[in-house]
Amino acid sequence: MNWEIYADPLFRLPFLAGFLIAGVLPVLGALLMLREEWLAALGLAHLAAAGTLLGLAVGAPAILGASLGALGGGAVKSLGGARGNTAYGFMILIGWSALLLAAANTSAGDALGQAVMDGQLYFAGWTELAAAVLLTGLAVTALPRLMPRLLRARFFPRHDTANRLPGWRWHLGFDLLAAFGVAVGTATLGVLGTFALILVPAWAAFRIAPGWAWTLGLAGLIGVVAYLAAFVLALGLDQPFGPALAAVCLALGGLIGALRRLAQGRGGA
Amino acid sequence: MNGNPAAAPLLRLEQVVAGYAAPVVGPVSCSIQAGDVLGLWGTNGSGKSTLLNAIADAARIFSGRIERAPGLTLFYQEQRPVRLPAMPLTGRDLLRCAAVPTHRPPPGSLSQHLNRRIDRLSGGQYQLLCVWAALAGSADLVLLDEPTNNLDPEHERLLAALLAQPRTHRDDRRAVLLVSHERAFLESVCSRVLELAPDA
Repeated sequence: MNWEIYADPLFRLPFLAGFLIAGVLPVLGALLMLREEWLAALGLAHLAAAGTLLGLAVGAPAILGASLGALGGGAVKSLGGARGNTAYGFMILIGWSALLLAAANTSAGDALGQAVMDGQLYFAGWTELAAAVLLTGLAVTALPRLMPRLLRARFFPRHDTANRLPGWRWHLGFDLLAAFGVAVGTATLGVLGTFALILVPAWAAFRIAPGWAWTLGLAGLIGVVAYLAAFVLALGLDQPFGPALAAVCLALGGLIGALRRLAQGRGGA
Repeated sequence: MNGNPAAAPLLRLEQVVAGYAAPVVGPVSCSIQAGDVLGLWGTNGSGKSTLLNAIADAARIFSGRIERAPGLTLFYQEQRPVRLPAMPLTGRDLLRCAAVPTHRPPPGSLSQHLNRRIDRLSGGQYQLLCVWAALAGSADLVLLDEPTNNLDPEHERLLAALLAQPRTHRDDRRAVLLVSHERAFLESVCSRVLELAPDA
């Protein structure tokens, strides 16, 4: 393994952008899992990927195309009142078909399409870092306000209607935040890495956390640890980043699941 | 809530006919005053839950009207509390969702569940915790739909104790509308019981 590569200033911006995203996406994933909308990541990521490719075809930055694709999907889904994984299943189909059609009909589309799926973290620059900082700022600002309302709507679903409260506002707010997070993730880490960061840390945290604050903290921690390990492995072993990140997430998730089963076995014995 | 709570009812139903695609219940007329624990009894299919839904704006009103006191806040605990395969929240987290003041611990054995994950509680324990979330919050009118479901006799006694909890100053204006098919339970905990006939 070439250790000198980690000191290369070329990788500082990509590292920082990915680090911020890896801390935020698992927290969004925990909320999506609580809403039983974990498929959101894949649906929105496909729309973001299609938006990226269509944007690049007309000369727009990747982050802009990704954001327009994912935010458009999130807004349509939220304003249309669609809840649950069915809406995201349709998004996957729409985004996938648009991605493949755009790849087939644009110059260098195939190569770009593959790059969006694999993740092109090492090419991230100031634009991606600025988007990651914006995402982190939005999450830190909006989630403390949205979270209590989203939790209440989840466990006491009649509350907003019964009190004539505009519940659609916080659902739309979260849908847009999740869509933006997935868009920034897709443009920076790729479809695969983004989906892995939303699904696996939240899944693992749901199994072992003793409470909600722990769930959010553990999900973020697992995401960051997986990201750091994937960064080291992918760069050192010259592997595509997205698949490496997904593999590390899965390994961590599997390890946590196995340890939990072991603990349960001892507790039951 | 504004105004004199002794004078104006929190809620008044006038000849309400409610349902979904077609009328299910009514016409029903009644009023609920602050401090009331009003029981609504009826056989299966008599439209008890539909009437609660109509009060909570979740069912269609075909005729008549429902008047709420200005600024009335409601807490609606449905017949089946939301139960997910994995819920990594403690009882305390759940009470926080319902805006229950942290200085108000639940009575009896319920306080033992505050630090446990709610997906590790039994159906009856979870049901009671949800009822406490409804009663200990800041709502002026609490709607409870079949709260005795999932409860064994011991938990049913605890539910009766929750409903009879000594009220704080804030709760003086609170009323409870309680739907159940268990007549004896309603008569033991309610200040009034209304009967809903199947063809009402």
